[in-house]
Parts: sequence; structure tokens; C-alpha cells
Amino acid sequence: MAEVKKIATRESYGQALVELGAMDERVVAIDADLAGSTKTGVFGKAFPERHFNCGIAECNVMGTAAGMAAMGLIPFASSFAMFATGRAWEIIRNSIGYTRLNVKICASHGGISVGEDGASHQCCEDFALMRAIPGMLVMSPADDVEARKMVRAAYEYNGPVYIRLGRAAIPVFHDEDYEFSIGKGEVLHEGTDIAIISNGVLTYEALKAAERLETEGIHARVINMGTIKPIDADIVVAAAKECGGRIITAEEHSVVGGLGEAVAAVLAEKYPARLRRIGLQDVFGFSGPMAELMVAFGLDADNIVKTAKEFLSE
Amino acid sequence: MTPERIKELKLFANTGRRHIIEETHAAKSGHPGGSLGAMEYMTYLYNEEMRIDPKNPQDPDRDRFVLSKGHCAPALYSVLAQLGYFPVEDLVTIRKVGSYLQGHPNMNSTPGVDFSTGSLGQGYSAACGMANAAKLMKKDLNVYALLGDGEIEEGLVWEASEYAAHYRLDNLCIAVDVNGLQIDGATKDVMNMEPIDEKFLAFGFHVVKINGNDFGELEKAFAAFHAAKGSGKPTVILMTTVKGLGVSYMENQAGWHGKGPNDEECAQALAEIAAARKKIEEE
Repeated sequence: MAEVKKIATRESYGQALVELGAMDERVVAIDADLAGSTKTGVFGKAFPERHFNCGIAECNVMGTAAGMAAMGLIPFASSFAMFATGRAWEIIRNSIGYTRLNVKICASHGGISVGEDGASHQCCEDFALMRAIPGMLVMSPADDVEARKMVRAAYEYNGPVYIRLGRAAIPVFHDEDYEFSIGKGEVLHEGTDIAIISNGVLTYEALKAAERLETEGIHARVINMGTIKPIDADIVVAAAKECGGRIITAEEHSVVGGLGEAVAAVLAEKYPARLRRIGLQDVFGFSGPMAELMVAFGLDADNIVKTAKEFLSE
Repeated sequence: MTPERIKELKLFANTGRRHIIEETHAAKSGHPGGSLGAMEYMTYLYNEEMRIDPKNPQDPDRDRFVLSKGHCAPALYSVLAQLGYFPVEDLVTIRKVGSYLQGHPNMNSTPGVDFSTGSLGQGYSAACGMANAAKLMKKDLNVYALLGDGEIEEGLVWEASEYAAHYRLDNLCIAVDVNGLQIDGATKDVMNMEPIDEKFLAFGFHVVKINGNDFGELEKAFAAFHAAKGSGKPTVILMTTVKGLGVSYMENQAGWHGKGPNDEECAQALAEIAAARKKIEEE
């Protein structure tokens, strides 16, 4: 693949939020002393009266967001994924999920991409935590274009939404006319030998892996699954039927409770097929540059290629 | 308030006490103690203080109330039913399958409930969000919340308090029901939060201390809240109450925090409440 421009999805979020703020004065942003990092600070500069910093108090971010939504505002609540979904989980569950309030939780620094900060700040459990809440939409964009469309879709949807954003700049491969739909996966590369279902930063790795497999005569289908819940069951079943009954999932998340398990549930109930899950194998991360961590945990094209070849040789 | 008005409120609260016993007896569970003790506050708030219209429960400009100590739902439901938000006859369906009266308040199922609560500390946090939203939206409305004195042991209560002061939410009036008891015993033994007044003062609140079972003192407390509007300070009413007030065997008993009376206990409680009513009527 040719060199492509790179943008962090948190930057995309900040930009999309400013656009929404300009068109709808009900849009407010709520932070926990990380506005600079989550990129809601951009919104805060444009609309200071609609930006509410709670200080380092993530539970109160979610509680006050719920109260603001109950008054008819559309709050976008942000922090690092670890603290937004982990520390404040029960407030999200009871005050945002159970109430079905119109709060958009957009958390940055998901996965291991916080890198050097180490396991205390890396969050590879957020999909699992948010999926467990009835009615919560769970999404994770693969690049800048998808992130902006996803934030827009979340705004247009009435109800609680979780979007996981990343820290690091990642390749932009979608065209600007890409249309994102909540609950719909997207076939990015055709193939019938094996299917790779991924999201976030792993989708670009999956595309690279598919190109390399192609040179060896292996035709891999790559499906970008921007929405983890509700999962696009049709696209999973079609892949199982049409790609030799072999599916690999790849995500910057624990194999427990994330995309891999969501796909596994679809397969087990609708069309049993064989599955390999790439992700953190029920372990904590550790400090290091993101690129090195991605290799260490097998979250890269090399490991996807290796896994696919082993899978096909079985 | 005129003596006649106070008498009306006392009768309203007395009816509320009867409902609380009937509800928790019918459900064979629930929280009668705290509900009984908060009955004067709930009665005064809904009849004298809040600007609401039971015929239009979703009026966007209404005052809001959040029962942050959501387990006192029997008291809230009685007040809402008495005001006509839903039929009084439905009160005994509380906690039963298919009822819109959930064990803890649900804003999506019950008319008049402004926020779903039950998990302590969260209602207060939401109330802060509501009050701040009202300011942003330039709505002249007040947000009220009732917290328990056990509830203020939750860390979220203090996150919300720093927020209320920081954002100068002088349209927010919270009350802490200081009955001195929680599930495991006396609050001073389980987790001593005294001096509660100094804590809230240090957080930047306008603090009012009253007897929460006295309508005259409640009137003064809310007047003090209105007088403090414009100061930028949120108001907290620290109100001493008797948990279980009005039912002799429940008064000041931590054991009556979270269980319903049996048939015999229910009969005794209703007899005591009826006798109290007679005394109010004869005043």
C-alpha cells in the first residue's frame, strides 16, 4: 500500500463535535481534566459556555451528563476509555443505560495505544463493559473518516452510545463519501478462502495482511465491523458461508467480551464455523511504544497473516 | 403558612404515612423507616415549594425533584398519587411484576418521577447536571434533591458537591435527611460523617439546619434557599428527622430501614396513624 496520511480518531472526534456544536446548541461536552487529550478542548475553545469540565471525577462526568440529557441537552462525555467505562461503569449502567438517556460517551486512548503509560491506563475491556449494558450502542472507528461519520450517526441516534477512540495517528483509508450505518459491517476486501473481521486500528492491519496473503494466492475477505453492538449478524453469517467456514477476528481489545466474542455468539447460534480470535489473550498490557506493543501482542498484519496460514493448513 | 394550611399539610403527610405502610405491607418489602421520616419534607416540597402541574408532568419549565435516596420511593409515590399523577389505588402494586411502580423510582415508567434513582449518590450528581443545564438553557427553574445521611458516605456525593459549588448552582437545593441510622446501625458507628455542616460549608454551600419533621422550619429553610439565590451558592438543608416517625415500633430503629410490616404490624401501624389523624383533625 502507498503511504497514506495518518490521523488519530480522537482528533476526528474533536472536529466532528465542533461541527455538531455549530449546528445544534443542545450539544454540550463534558470532561474530566483531559479535554486536551480527548480533543473536546477544541469544542471548548469554540463553545466555552457549553464545555463543562468536572475535574478529575469521571463518575460525576457521567452523572451530570445524565442530568443534562434529562433536561434535553445532548451531552458528549469524554475521558480515557479506562476511566470512562471502568471507573464510571455503574453510573453509566444506572443513570445512562437504565434511563435510556441521550448521552454519547466518546472515550479516547482505548486499547493499548496509550503505550508508555502502561496497563493502568490501557483499556482492553471497554467493549466488554459497554456491551453488557442493555441498549448501549458500542462502536469503534477504523480511521478518521469513519470516526467523524460515527460521531455524526451517534448524534442523530436518540439514546446512549459508546464510541471508542484511539490516541495514536492511524492511516486514513476510507474515501470521504464512505457512508457509515450503525449496526452495519463493511466488506473492504473480497475473498472466499478465509474472512478477517476487525475494527479500530486492526482493520488497516487486516487490509495489509489480505494484500500479502493475496500474493501467496490466499483470498481473504476483510470486514470492518465499526459497530460491535448491535453486531451485523448477516455479514458474519455470509462470511462463514462464503469463506470456507474460517473466520479470524482482530481487535485492540481483550479476546474476552469484545468483537471476537460477539462474532463467536453469532456463529454459534446461527451458522457454526471455526474461529480464531486475535486480541489480548486475557492478559494485562505493559509499558512501551505503541508500535512495539502492537507487535508484542500480535495486533499486526504479520500475526494476522501467520494466523490465517496456520488456520488454513489445519 | 396559616394554621389551617399547616393542618392540611399534616393531614397530607398523615395520609402519606398510611400509604407507606400499605405499600410496604403489600410488597412484603421496601423501606418504611426513611420514607416515614421524610414525609414532612416531601409533603412541603410538593405542596408549597415546587412549581409543577400534575396534569402536565413533562412541562419542560417545571421544577425538578430527584429522590437521590431512591429507596424512599413509597413516600414519593404517595405524594405523586395524592397530587393526581396516577391513581392512589395503584400504590399497592409497588414492587410487583408488571407494576409501573418499581422498587426504586423509574423516570420512564412512573409519571412525575424526574430521574431514575436507587444507586446512592447518582441522583444528586444528575440533579447537579440538571441545575447546570437549566442555567445554560436560561430556564428559571429550581432543582431539588433529597439525600440520606448514609448516602453522603458515597464518594460521588462529594464529586457532585465540588461541581455544584464550582458551577455556582444557586438554583440547586438539596436536603440531607439526617436520621442518624443506616442499614448496619447508627451512622456515627458505621461511618461517622460529622460534622456534616462543616463539610458542606467547606465545599462552598449555603447551609441551613432544621428539624425536618416541622412544617414551620421547612418553610423557613426554603425561604433561606430563595434568599440565597443570586449568591452563586448551592443550598443544603441539613434536616434532623426521626426515622420511622409515626409508627411507634419503627421509630429510631435501624431494623426498619428495609423491610415491610407483617399483617399484625401493619394493623398496629395503621391504627396509630389513624389515631394521629384524629388528633390532627381535632386541633
